[in-house]
Amino acid sequence: MAVGQVTGICQETPTAKTFTLMLPEPCSFWAGQHVVVRLTAPDGYRAQRSYSIASAPSNAAELDLTVEILQGGEVSGFLNEAVEVGDTLDVRGPIGGHFAWDLKPALGVGGGSGVVPLMSMLRHARKLGEPDLFRLVVSVRGPEDLYYSTEVQGPDTSIVFTRSVPDGHARQPGRLTARDLATTLDGDRDVYVCGSTAFCDAATQLAAAAGVPAERIRVERFGFSG
Amino acid sequence: MALTRGFSGRHRAARDSRLPPGQYDAGMNWPVLHAESTPTIDTARWSFEIDGLVDKPVRWNWDEIHALPASRYEGAIHCVTTWSKFGMRFDGVSVDTLLDAAGVRDDATFALARSHTGYTTNLRLEDLTDGKAWVVWDVNGAPLTDIHGGPARLLVPHLYFWKSAKWVSGLTLLAEDQQGFWEVRGYHDRGDPWLEQRYQGD
Repeated sequence: MAVGQVTGICQETPTAKTFTLMLPEPCSFWAGQHVVVRLTAPDGYRAQRSYSIASAPSNAAELDLTVEILQGGEVSGFLNEAVEVGDTLDVRGPIGGHFAWDLKPALGVGGGSGVVPLMSMLRHARKLGEPDLFRLVVSVRGPEDLYYSTEVQGPDTSIVFTRSVPDGHARQPGRLTARDLATTLDGDRDVYVCGSTAFCDAATQLAAAAGVPAERIRVERFGFSG
Repeated sequence: MALTRGFSGRHRAARDSRLPPGQYDAGMNWPVLHAESTPTIDTARWSFEIDGLVDKPVRWNWDEIHALPASRYEGAIHCVTTWSKFGMRFDGVSVDTLLDAAGVRDDATFALARSHTGYTTNLRLEDLTDGKAWVVWDVNGAPLTDIHGGPARLLVPHLYFWKSAKWVSGLTLLAEDQQGFWEVRGYHDRGDPWLEQRYQGD
């Protein structure tokens, strides 16, 4: 367990904030891993939740966590309403290896808040100067729901809007289709899928139908855990 | 332990004594968490095998395992991602029945459960015996769906639910503990929710 100091808070969307935490020492992690944030009340009561790391692995002691603010969410609600720059939070990790990106050519497919661990991968690939290494398809309802809305754009990403599209966007609004993946699934790529269970099941079926073997598809399901 | 400024846990519900520490009641919801694509397994091709340190390895197909004496679990389940569910009813067969058929050797102390997807998880043999573990195919009177591990999953409800391997295909009895999928990735070897054994070192 380490104590992280909040050095920045950024409103990503109306329902998501990114918290930048400064740890006592650099923390080595793989893109795709998460940490546990633990809150402790004066009477010893604790609540903890897992949050994916959004920043790229680096030698710095800072990392970004993007938190979806869930209605009635005990931890996300507290982080949203009460935490300010300068506060400290107990964090534990990094945790989780099955979704850690091993730097092999990959396609990330994220739905909504599921983009967070994939953003760490995208940032890592760009930082390495190898944008071909990681491609990203993000599915969101509308432009206001897109995390990292400026930074995420690029020749290595495509955005799928399911309900409403920004002006000048060529693709009609609609769910993720095989075609959205086909343009990106060039040759041998591992596929990292993250989002709600419904989104993950739909996306893995599309990837499987496109010929990606099951063992090359990794899935991180975001449950509602508050 | 460091306090969190301003955190009182004011949103916590009146503490339900049935809830292990750090857990909340998911109510009617049953969240789904697994690391692989959800498989669809045809019961005609399904099998379950016990091997390793046994007198004779035994393999059951779908009809054979259903012919064994039925056993039921009624109670709570607890997931490491902090949800718990109460009033669950699972039907299947007791792991005791399966182990008896294979004959457990004296040197068997641990087990590695495996799934048709390649998933694995480790358990102490004593956590699988004396009416504490099942292979189940029905939940609350209906067949287990794919996303919940159907057609059949392991059920070890006194431990965190990642130990209850979905799409279970067998148990290998071992003399020494061998970590499974989540355990090599930092999760606890035993996973007792009442001791909050979530991660290695807890």
